[in-house]
Amino acid sequence: MNEALLRSLTPSVIGVLVRRGADFAAAEDAVQDALVQAVRLWPSDPPRDAKGWLITVAWNRFLDATRADNARRRREDQVEPAPEPAPAVDDTLQLYFLCAHPSLTPSSAVALTLRAVGGLTTRQIAQAYLVPEATMAQRISRAKRTVSAVRLDQPGDVATVLRVLYLVFNEGYSGDVDLAAEAIRLVRQLADAIDHPEVAGLLALMLLHHARRAGRTAADGSLVPLAAQDRGRWDTGLIAEGVEVLQAALARDRLGEFQAQAAIAALHADALTADETDWVQIVEWYDELLRLTDSPVVRLNRAVAVGEADGARAGLAAVAGLESVPRYEAVAAYLHERDGDAALAARLYAEAARNASSLAEREYLVRQAARLNAG
Amino acid sequence: MAKYLLLKHYRGAPAPANDVPMDQWTQEEITAHVQYMRDFAERLEATGEYVDGQALAPEGTFVRYDGEGRPPVTDGPFAETKDLIAGWMVIDVDSYERAVELAGELSAAPGAGGRPIHEWLELRPFLAEPPTVTE
Repeated sequence: MNEALLRSLTPSVIGVLVRRGADFAAAEDAVQDALVQAVRLWPSDPPRDAKGWLITVAWNRFLDATRADNARRRREDQVEPAPEPAPAVDDTLQLYFLCAHPSLTPSSAVALTLRAVGGLTTRQIAQAYLVPEATMAQRISRAKRTVSAVRLDQPGDVATVLRVLYLVFNEGYSGDVDLAAEAIRLVRQLADAIDHPEVAGLLALMLLHHARRAGRTAADGSLVPLAAQDRGRWDTGLIAEGVEVLQAALARDRLGEFQAQAAIAALHADALTADETDWVQIVEWYDELLRLTDSPVVRLNRAVAVGEADGARAGLAAVAGLESVPRYEAVAAYLHERDGDAALAARLYAEAARNASSLAEREYLVRQAARLNAG
Repeated sequence: MAKYLLLKHYRGAPAPANDVPMDQWTQEEITAHVQYMRDFAERLEATGEYVDGQALAPEGTFVRYDGEGRPPVTDGPFAETKDLIAGWMVIDVDSYERAVELAGELSAAPGAGGRPIHEWLELRPFLAEPPTVTE
Protein backbone atom coordinates (compact mmCIF):
# COMPACT_ATOMS: atom_id res chain seq x y z
CA MET A 1 0.00 0.00 0.00
CA ASN A 2 1.76 3.10 -1.21
CA GLU A 3 0.44 5.99 0.86
CA ALA A 4 2.90 8.44 -0.68
CA LEU A 5 1.60 7.64 -4.17
CA LEU A 6 -2.00 8.07 -3.02
CA ARG A 7 -1.26 11.44 -1.47
CA SER A 8 0.68 12.72 -4.46
CA LEU A 9 -2.32 11.94 -6.70
CA THR A 10 -4.81 13.78 -4.49
CA PRO A 11 -4.60 17.33 -5.90
CA SER A 12 -4.82 16.35 -9.56
CA VAL A 13 -7.80 14.04 -8.89
CA ILE A 14 -9.61 16.93 -7.15
CA GLY A 15 -8.72 19.06 -10.16
CA VAL A 16 -10.29 16.54 -12.58
CA LEU A 17 -13.56 16.50 -10.64
CA VAL A 18 -13.72 20.28 -10.52
CA ARG A 19 -12.98 20.47 -14.24
CA ARG A 20 -15.92 18.14 -14.84
CA GLY A 21 -18.22 20.50 -13.00
CA ALA A 22 -18.12 19.49 -9.32
CA ASP A 23 -17.73 22.38 -6.92
CA PHE A 24 -14.50 22.39 -4.94
CA ALA A 25 -15.97 21.46 -1.54
CA ALA A 26 -17.92 18.48 -2.90
CA ALA A 27 -14.97 17.34 -5.01
CA GLU A 28 -12.64 17.46 -2.03
CA ASP A 29 -15.09 15.42 0.10
CA ALA A 30 -15.50 12.84 -2.66
CA VAL A 31 -11.74 12.43 -3.09
CA GLN A 32 -11.28 11.97 0.67
CA ASP A 33 -13.86 9.18 0.54
CA ALA A 34 -12.06 7.60 -2.40
CA LEU A 35 -8.74 7.74 -0.52
CA VAL A 36 -10.29 5.92 2.43
CA GLN A 37 -11.66 3.29 0.03
CA ALA A 38 -8.25 2.90 -1.58
CA VAL A 39 -6.53 2.33 1.75
CA ARG A 40 -9.07 -0.42 2.46
CA LEU A 41 -9.16 -2.14 -0.94
CA TRP A 42 -5.77 -1.72 -2.58
CA PRO A 43 -3.65 -3.99 -0.36
CA SER A 44 -5.60 -7.07 -1.48
CA ASP A 45 -6.65 -5.79 -4.90
CA PRO A 46 -4.26 -3.22 -6.35
CA PRO A 47 -5.60 -1.30 -9.35
CA ARG A 48 -3.89 -1.31 -12.76
CA ASP A 49 -4.11 2.46 -12.99
CA ALA A 50 -4.10 4.15 -9.59
CA LYS A 51 -5.08 7.59 -10.77
CA GLY A 52 -7.84 6.33 -13.07
CA TRP A 53 -9.21 4.24 -10.19
CA LEU A 54 -9.27 7.23 -7.85
CA ILE A 55 -10.93 9.46 -10.44
CA THR A 56 -13.68 6.92 -11.10
CA VAL A 57 -14.41 6.14 -7.46
CA ALA A 58 -14.28 9.81 -6.44
CA TRP A 59 -16.55 10.77 -9.33
CA ASN A 60 -19.04 8.08 -8.31
CA ARG A 61 -18.88 9.33 -4.73
CA PHE A 62 -19.59 12.83 -5.97
CA LEU A 63 -22.56 11.61 -8.01
CA ASP A 64 -23.76 9.65 -4.96
CA ALA A 65 -23.78 12.81 -2.96
CA THR A 66 -25.78 14.67 -5.57
CA ARG A 67 -28.12 11.87 -6.75
CA ALA A 68 -30.47 9.47 -5.09
CA ASP A 69 -29.42 6.12 -6.60
CA ASN A 70 -26.71 5.43 -4.05
CA ALA A 71 -27.20 1.70 -3.85
CA ARG A 72 -26.37 1.00 -7.48
CA ARG A 73 -23.24 3.14 -7.31
CA ARG A 74 -21.97 1.37 -4.22
CA ARG A 75 -22.36 -2.02 -5.91
CA GLU A 76 -20.32 -0.75 -8.82
CA ASP A 77 -17.55 0.43 -6.51
CA GLN A 78 -16.96 -3.14 -5.34
CA VAL A 79 -15.46 -4.09 -8.70
CA GLU A 80 -12.46 -2.33 -10.13
CA PRO A 81 -13.68 0.38 -12.47
CA ALA A 82 -12.25 0.71 -15.94
CA PRO A 83 -9.39 3.22 -15.87
CA GLU A 84 -10.25 6.57 -17.31
CA PRO A 85 -7.95 8.27 -19.78
CA ALA A 86 -5.40 10.47 -18.00
CA PRO A 87 -6.43 14.12 -18.30
CA ALA A 88 -4.23 16.39 -20.37
CA VAL A 89 -4.33 19.33 -17.95
CA ASP A 90 -3.06 19.20 -14.39
CA ASP A 91 -4.86 21.54 -12.00
CA THR A 92 -2.52 20.93 -9.07
CA LEU A 93 -1.09 24.43 -9.24
CA GLN A 94 -4.53 26.07 -9.12
CA LEU A 95 -5.31 23.98 -6.06
CA TYR A 96 -2.29 25.37 -4.21
CA PHE A 97 -3.52 28.91 -4.94
CA LEU A 98 -7.05 28.09 -3.83
CA CYS A 99 -5.97 26.52 -0.52
CA ALA A 100 -3.77 29.52 0.31
CA HIS A 101 -6.41 32.04 -0.73
CA PRO A 102 -6.03 35.43 1.02
CA SER A 103 -9.62 35.20 2.33
CA LEU A 104 -8.55 32.33 4.64
CA THR A 105 -6.93 32.73 8.05
CA PRO A 106 -3.41 31.25 8.25
CA SER A 107 -4.51 28.21 10.28
CA SER A 108 -7.39 27.49 7.87
CA ALA A 109 -5.12 27.83 4.84
CA VAL A 110 -2.62 25.42 6.40
CA ALA A 111 -5.32 22.86 7.22
CA LEU A 112 -6.94 23.04 3.79
CA THR A 113 -3.57 22.78 2.01
CA LEU A 114 -2.59 19.70 4.00
CA ARG A 115 -5.88 18.00 3.17
CA ALA A 116 -6.63 19.00 -0.43
CA VAL A 117 -3.06 19.29 -1.73
CA GLY A 118 -1.30 16.99 0.73
CA GLY A 119 -3.96 14.27 0.83
CA LEU A 120 -3.75 13.94 4.62
CA THR A 121 -6.83 12.87 6.55
CA THR A 122 -8.53 15.23 8.98
CA ARG A 123 -7.41 12.95 11.82
CA GLN A 124 -3.75 13.16 10.78
CA ILE A 125 -3.89 16.96 10.56
CA ALA A 126 -5.64 17.23 13.94
CA GLN A 127 -2.98 15.03 15.54
CA ALA A 128 -0.18 17.11 14.05
CA TYR A 129 -1.65 20.32 15.47
CA LEU A 130 -2.78 18.81 18.78
CA VAL A 131 -6.42 19.78 18.46
CA PRO A 132 -9.52 17.56 18.57
CA GLU A 133 -10.51 15.97 15.26
CA ALA A 134 -13.91 17.74 15.44
CA THR A 135 -12.16 21.10 15.71
CA MET A 136 -10.03 20.39 12.66
CA ALA A 137 -13.06 19.11 10.72
CA GLN A 138 -14.87 22.38 11.44
CA ARG A 139 -11.86 24.43 10.44
CA ILE A 140 -11.57 22.58 7.13
CA SER A 141 -15.25 22.71 6.25
CA ARG A 142 -15.39 26.45 7.01
CA ALA A 143 -12.32 27.00 4.87
CA LYS A 144 -13.95 25.10 2.02
CA ARG A 145 -17.10 27.20 2.31
CA THR A 146 -15.00 30.37 2.29
CA VAL A 147 -13.30 29.53 -0.99
CA SER A 148 -16.27 27.78 -2.62
CA ALA A 149 -17.06 30.82 -4.79
CA VAL A 150 -13.47 31.13 -6.00
CA ARG A 151 -13.04 29.70 -9.47
CA LEU A 152 -10.25 27.19 -9.89
CA ASP A 153 -8.88 28.74 -13.07
CA GLN A 154 -8.09 32.14 -11.58
CA PRO A 155 -4.38 32.83 -11.21
CA GLY A 156 -3.23 33.11 -7.61
CA ASP A 157 -0.46 34.68 -5.62
CA VAL A 158 2.70 32.56 -5.31
CA ALA A 159 3.91 34.55 -2.29
CA THR A 160 0.78 33.56 -0.32
CA VAL A 161 1.27 29.89 -1.19
CA LEU A 162 4.91 30.02 -0.09
CA ARG A 163 3.98 31.65 3.22
CA VAL A 164 1.46 28.88 3.96
CA LEU A 165 3.99 26.14 3.11
CA TYR A 166 6.61 27.80 5.30
CA LEU A 167 4.08 27.85 8.17
CA VAL A 168 3.60 24.10 7.73
CA PHE A 169 7.37 23.58 7.78
CA ASN A 170 7.91 25.63 10.91
CA GLU A 171 5.36 23.90 13.11
CA GLY A 172 6.72 21.38 15.52
CA TYR A 173 5.61 17.88 14.75
CA SER A 174 3.53 15.34 16.60
CA GLY A 175 1.25 12.51 15.58
CA ASP A 176 2.28 10.23 12.72
CA VAL A 177 2.96 12.91 10.11
CA ASP A 178 6.24 14.79 9.95
CA LEU A 179 5.06 18.25 8.91
CA ALA A 180 8.53 19.46 7.92
CA ALA A 181 8.95 16.51 5.54
CA GLU A 182 5.40 17.02 4.27
CA ALA A 183 6.11 20.71 3.59
CA ILE A 184 9.23 19.75 1.63
CA ARG A 185 7.22 17.25 -0.42
CA LEU A 186 4.60 19.91 -1.23
CA VAL A 187 7.21 22.51 -2.22
CA ARG A 188 8.95 19.94 -4.45
CA GLN A 189 5.60 19.22 -6.12
CA LEU A 190 5.00 22.97 -6.50
CA ALA A 191 8.47 23.46 -8.00
CA ASP A 192 7.58 20.83 -10.61
CA ALA A 193 4.42 22.73 -11.52
CA ILE A 194 5.76 26.27 -11.61
CA ASP A 195 9.01 27.90 -12.64
CA HIS A 196 9.70 30.58 -10.02
CA PRO A 197 13.00 31.46 -8.30
CA GLU A 198 11.38 31.98 -4.89
CA VAL A 199 9.76 28.53 -5.00
CA ALA A 200 13.26 27.17 -5.54
CA GLY A 201 14.53 29.50 -2.79
CA LEU A 202 12.01 28.15 -0.29
CA LEU A 203 12.79 24.56 -1.29
CA ALA A 204 16.52 25.20 -0.79
CA LEU A 205 15.86 26.87 2.58
CA MET A 206 13.74 23.96 3.82
CA LEU A 207 16.27 21.35 2.64
CA LEU A 208 19.15 23.17 4.34
CA HIS A 209 17.27 23.58 7.64
CA HIS A 210 15.93 20.03 7.53
CA ALA A 211 19.44 18.71 6.93
CA ARG A 212 20.47 20.00 10.35
CA ARG A 213 17.49 18.63 12.24
CA ALA A 214 19.20 15.61 13.79
CA GLY A 215 21.89 17.89 15.24
CA ARG A 216 19.48 20.41 16.73
CA THR A 217 18.36 18.36 19.72
CA ALA A 218 20.29 16.22 22.18
CA ALA A 219 19.18 12.71 23.16
CA ASP A 220 17.26 14.16 26.14
CA GLY A 221 15.31 16.54 23.86
CA SER A 222 17.20 19.68 24.87
CA LEU A 223 18.13 22.29 22.25
CA VAL A 224 21.68 22.36 20.92
CA PRO A 225 22.74 25.78 19.59
CA LEU A 226 24.19 25.95 16.10
CA ALA A 227 27.79 26.44 17.23
CA ALA A 228 27.69 23.35 19.47
CA GLN A 229 25.97 21.01 17.01
CA ASP A 230 27.70 17.79 15.96
CA ARG A 231 28.12 18.51 12.26
CA GLY A 232 28.61 14.81 11.62
CA ARG A 233 24.88 14.40 12.25
CA TRP A 234 23.91 16.82 9.51
CA ASP A 235 22.51 15.24 6.34
CA THR A 236 25.13 16.02 3.69
CA GLY A 237 22.91 14.71 0.88
CA LEU A 238 20.18 17.22 1.71
CA ILE A 239 22.75 20.01 2.09
CA ALA A 240 24.23 19.27 -1.34
CA GLU A 241 20.77 19.24 -2.89
CA GLY A 242 19.79 22.48 -1.12
CA VAL A 243 22.93 24.25 -2.31
CA GLU A 244 22.38 23.06 -5.87
CA VAL A 245 18.74 24.22 -5.93
CA LEU A 246 19.81 27.56 -4.43
CA GLN A 247 22.60 28.16 -6.94
CA ALA A 248 20.26 27.50 -9.87
CA ALA A 249 17.77 29.99 -8.38
CA LEU A 250 20.37 32.68 -7.67
CA ALA A 251 21.71 32.36 -11.21
CA ARG A 252 18.42 33.76 -12.49
CA ASP A 253 19.10 37.07 -10.81
CA ARG A 254 15.65 37.55 -9.31
CA LEU A 255 16.51 37.65 -5.64
CA GLY A 256 13.78 37.23 -3.02
CA GLU A 257 13.75 36.77 0.74
CA PHE A 258 13.64 32.96 0.69
CA GLN A 259 16.70 32.81 -1.58
CA ALA A 260 18.55 35.23 0.71
CA GLN A 261 17.64 33.20 3.80
CA ALA A 262 18.69 30.02 2.03
CA ALA A 263 22.03 31.63 1.17
CA ILE A 264 22.61 32.30 4.88
CA ALA A 265 21.64 28.73 5.77
CA ALA A 266 23.99 27.45 3.04
CA LEU A 267 26.93 29.41 4.50
CA HIS A 268 26.28 27.81 7.90
CA ALA A 269 25.99 24.37 6.32
CA ASP A 270 29.20 24.89 4.35
CA ALA A 271 31.42 25.42 7.40
CA LEU A 272 33.17 22.26 8.57
CA THR A 273 33.39 23.70 12.10
CA ALA A 274 31.53 26.61 13.70
CA ASP A 275 34.79 28.62 13.74
CA GLU A 276 35.10 28.36 9.97
CA THR A 277 31.74 30.08 9.42
CA ASP A 278 32.06 32.91 6.90
CA TRP A 279 30.38 35.56 9.08
CA VAL A 280 31.41 38.45 6.85
CA GLN A 281 29.51 37.00 3.92
CA ILE A 282 26.57 36.14 6.19
CA VAL A 283 26.35 39.82 7.23
CA GLU A 284 26.28 40.77 3.54
CA TRP A 285 23.35 38.42 2.94
CA TYR A 286 21.54 39.87 5.96
CA ASP A 287 22.00 43.31 4.38
CA GLU A 288 20.33 41.98 1.21
CA LEU A 289 17.54 40.47 3.30
CA LEU A 290 17.01 43.78 5.11
CA ARG A 291 16.79 45.55 1.78
CA LEU A 292 14.05 43.08 0.75
CA THR A 293 12.03 42.98 3.98
CA ASP A 294 13.16 45.68 6.42
CA SER A 295 11.96 43.43 9.24
CA PRO A 296 13.08 44.02 12.86
CA VAL A 297 13.48 40.25 13.28
CA VAL A 298 15.99 40.22 10.42
CA ARG A 299 17.74 43.21 12.02
CA LEU A 300 18.09 41.23 15.26
CA ASN A 301 19.48 38.17 13.47
CA ARG A 302 21.85 40.41 11.56
CA ALA A 303 23.16 41.77 14.87
CA VAL A 304 24.21 38.25 15.88
CA ALA A 305 26.17 37.91 12.64
CA VAL A 306 27.71 41.36 13.08
CA GLY A 307 28.77 40.35 16.59
CA GLU A 308 30.59 37.33 15.14
CA ALA A 309 32.11 39.20 12.20
CA ASP A 310 33.15 42.45 13.89
CA GLY A 311 33.11 41.71 17.62
CA ALA A 312 30.58 41.91 20.45
CA ARG A 313 30.69 45.72 20.65
CA ALA A 314 29.62 46.07 17.02
CA GLY A 315 26.87 43.50 17.64
CA LEU A 316 25.61 45.46 20.65
CA ALA A 317 25.53 48.63 18.57
CA ALA A 318 23.44 46.75 16.00
CA VAL A 319 20.80 45.59 18.52
CA ALA A 320 20.18 49.12 19.81
CA GLY A 321 16.53 50.04 19.47
CA LEU A 322 15.29 46.45 19.00
CA GLU A 323 14.10 45.90 22.62
CA SER A 324 10.53 45.05 21.59
CA VAL A 325 11.49 42.25 19.17
CA PRO A 326 10.98 38.63 20.33
CA ARG A 327 14.29 37.00 21.42
CA TYR A 328 15.93 40.42 21.88
CA GLU A 329 16.98 39.51 25.45
CA ALA A 330 18.57 36.24 24.35
CA VAL A 331 20.63 37.98 21.66
CA ALA A 332 21.62 40.86 23.97
CA ALA A 333 22.56 38.36 26.70
CA TYR A 334 24.82 36.45 24.31
CA LEU A 335 26.55 39.64 23.11
CA HIS A 336 27.02 41.04 26.64
CA GLU A 337 28.56 37.78 27.79
CA ARG A 338 31.03 37.89 24.92
CA ASP A 339 31.71 41.49 25.82
CA GLY A 340 32.67 40.38 29.35
CA ASP A 341 29.62 41.52 31.35
CA ALA A 342 28.52 38.20 32.88
CA ALA A 343 26.18 39.72 35.47
CA LEU A 344 24.15 41.67 32.91
CA ALA A 345 24.18 38.65 30.57
CA ALA A 346 22.79 36.40 33.33
CA ARG A 347 19.99 38.85 34.04
CA LEU A 348 19.10 39.09 30.36
CA TYR A 349 19.19 35.29 29.93
CA ALA A 350 16.77 34.92 32.85
CA GLU A 351 14.45 37.49 31.31
CA ALA A 352 14.71 35.78 27.92
CA ALA A 353 13.75 32.48 29.61
CA ARG A 354 10.60 34.07 31.03
CA ASN A 355 9.64 35.30 27.55
CA ALA A 356 10.45 32.06 25.72
CA SER A 357 7.65 30.58 23.63
CA SER A 358 8.72 26.95 23.85
CA LEU A 359 9.65 24.68 26.72
CA ALA A 360 12.95 23.55 25.17
CA GLU A 361 13.97 27.15 24.55
CA ARG A 362 13.08 28.18 28.09
CA GLU A 363 15.13 25.36 29.57
CA TYR A 364 18.09 26.23 27.37
CA LEU A 365 17.99 29.92 28.35
CA VAL A 366 17.49 29.30 32.06
CA ARG A 367 20.54 26.98 31.97
CA GLN A 368 22.58 29.78 30.40
CA ALA A 369 21.56 32.14 33.21
CA ALA A 370 22.31 29.48 35.84
CA ARG A 371 25.74 28.78 34.30
CA LEU A 372 26.70 32.46 34.54
CA ASN A 373 25.26 32.88 38.04
CA ALA A 374 27.27 29.86 39.28
CA GLY A 375 30.47 31.17 37.64
CA MET B 1 -1.88 28.41 15.23
CA ALA B 2 -1.28 29.18 18.86
CA LYS B 3 -3.03 27.76 21.88
CA TYR B 4 -4.16 29.84 24.83
CA LEU B 5 -5.66 28.95 28.16
CA LEU B 6 -8.53 31.14 29.37
CA LEU B 7 -8.76 30.95 33.15
CA LYS B 8 -11.82 31.94 35.10
CA HIS B 9 -11.20 32.59 38.79
CA TYR B 10 -13.45 32.02 41.82
CA ARG B 11 -11.06 34.18 43.81
CA GLY B 12 -7.72 35.83 43.21
CA ALA B 13 -8.59 37.95 40.19
CA PRO B 14 -9.37 41.66 40.55
CA ALA B 15 -13.05 42.31 41.35
CA PRO B 16 -15.34 42.47 38.30
CA ALA B 17 -17.17 45.72 37.54
CA ASN B 18 -20.60 44.14 38.03
CA ASP B 19 -19.69 42.46 41.32
CA VAL B 20 -22.81 40.69 42.60
CA PRO B 21 -22.33 37.04 43.75
CA MET B 22 -24.19 34.58 41.53
CA ASP B 23 -26.35 33.30 44.39
CA GLN B 24 -28.01 36.71 44.49
CA TRP B 25 -28.96 36.75 40.83
CA THR B 26 -32.49 35.99 39.59
CA GLN B 27 -33.27 32.69 37.85
CA GLU B 28 -33.50 34.52 34.54
CA GLU B 29 -30.13 36.18 35.04
CA ILE B 30 -28.49 32.82 35.77
CA THR B 31 -30.14 31.26 32.72
CA ALA B 32 -28.96 34.11 30.52
CA HIS B 33 -25.42 33.77 31.86
CA VAL B 34 -25.25 30.01 31.36
CA GLN B 35 -26.71 30.34 27.88
CA TYR B 36 -24.11 32.98 26.97
CA MET B 37 -21.24 30.71 28.02
CA ARG B 38 -22.75 27.79 26.10
CA ASP B 39 -23.25 29.90 22.96
CA PHE B 40 -19.70 31.17 23.21
CA ALA B 41 -18.26 27.64 23.31
CA GLU B 42 -20.52 26.52 20.49
CA ARG B 43 -19.46 29.42 18.31
CA LEU B 44 -15.80 28.56 18.86
CA GLU B 45 -16.50 24.94 17.99
CA ALA B 46 -18.01 26.12 14.72
CA THR B 47 -15.02 28.32 13.86
CA GLY B 48 -12.58 25.49 14.59
CA GLU B 49 -10.97 27.42 17.44
CA TYR B 50 -12.21 25.32 20.35
CA VAL B 51 -9.87 22.76 21.91
CA ASP B 52 -11.29 21.93 25.34
CA GLY B 53 -12.93 23.41 28.40
CA GLN B 54 -14.06 22.30 31.86
CA ALA B 55 -15.46 23.79 35.02
CA LEU B 56 -13.67 23.07 38.32
CA ALA B 57 -15.11 22.60 41.81
CA PRO B 58 -14.37 25.43 44.23
CA GLU B 59 -12.82 23.07 46.78
CA GLY B 60 -9.19 21.97 46.37
CA THR B 61 -6.25 20.85 48.45
CA PHE B 62 -2.57 21.77 48.42
CA VAL B 63 -0.33 18.69 48.83
CA ARG B 64 3.38 18.60 49.64
CA TYR B 65 5.97 15.84 50.15
CA ASP B 66 6.99 15.84 53.81
CA GLY B 67 9.95 13.48 53.88
CA GLU B 68 10.63 9.74 53.51
CA GLY B 69 8.07 7.51 55.21
CA ARG B 70 5.80 10.38 56.26
CA PRO B 71 2.37 11.07 54.84
CA PRO B 72 2.14 14.01 52.46
CA VAL B 73 1.21 17.30 54.07
CA THR B 74 -2.09 18.82 53.02
CA ASP B 75 -3.39 22.23 53.97
CA GLY B 76 -7.03 21.54 53.38
CA PRO B 77 -9.27 23.92 51.48
CA PHE B 78 -7.59 27.01 50.12
CA ALA B 79 -7.24 29.98 52.43
CA GLU B 80 -9.34 32.98 51.54
CA THR B 81 -6.43 34.88 50.02
CA LYS B 82 -5.38 32.18 47.59
CA ASP B 83 -6.03 32.19 43.90
CA LEU B 84 -8.73 29.73 42.93
CA ILE B 85 -9.51 28.59 39.41
CA ALA B 86 -13.19 28.13 38.55
CA GLY B 87 -12.80 26.72 35.08
CA TRP B 88 -10.80 26.86 31.93
CA MET B 89 -11.09 26.82 28.20
CA VAL B 90 -8.36 26.07 25.68
CA ILE B 91 -8.56 27.83 22.33
CA ASP B 92 -6.40 27.49 19.23
CA VAL B 93 -6.34 30.80 17.35
CA ASP B 94 -4.34 32.58 14.66
CA SER B 95 -3.02 35.42 16.78
CA TYR B 96 -2.65 36.91 20.23
CA GLU B 97 -5.07 39.66 19.16
CA ARG B 98 -7.75 37.07 18.41
CA ALA B 99 -7.19 35.43 21.82
CA VAL B 100 -7.62 38.81 23.56
CA GLU B 101 -10.77 39.49 21.53
CA LEU B 102 -12.30 36.16 22.59
CA ALA B 103 -11.35 36.64 26.24
CA GLY B 104 -13.03 40.03 26.12
CA GLU B 105 -16.16 38.46 24.70
CA LEU B 106 -16.23 35.81 27.42
CA SER B 107 -15.75 38.49 30.08
CA ALA B 108 -18.87 40.25 28.80
CA ALA B 109 -21.16 37.37 29.93
CA PRO B 110 -24.30 38.86 31.48
CA GLY B 111 -24.66 38.92 35.26
CA ALA B 112 -26.91 40.69 37.73
CA GLY B 113 -29.38 43.04 36.04
CA GLY B 114 -28.55 41.43 32.69
CA ARG B 115 -25.50 43.68 32.43
CA PRO B 116 -22.06 42.27 31.56
CA ILE B 117 -20.04 41.11 34.57
CA HIS B 118 -16.79 42.58 33.20
CA GLU B 119 -15.07 39.68 34.93
CA TRP B 120 -11.27 39.49 34.80
CA LEU B 121 -10.09 36.44 32.88
CA GLU B 122 -6.53 35.26 32.80
CA LEU B 123 -5.09 34.59 29.34
CA ARG B 124 -2.01 32.36 29.21
CA PRO B 125 -0.18 31.18 26.08
CA PHE B 126 0.81 27.51 25.89
CA LEU B 127 4.50 26.80 25.56
CA ALA B 128 4.86 25.09 22.20
CA GLU B 129 7.37 22.88 20.49
CA PRO B 130 10.34 24.89 19.28
CA PRO B 131 9.82 25.84 15.63
CA THR B 132 11.86 23.94 13.06
CA VAL B 133 14.01 27.02 12.52
CA THR B 134 15.52 28.87 15.43
CA GLU B 135 19.02 29.84 14.34
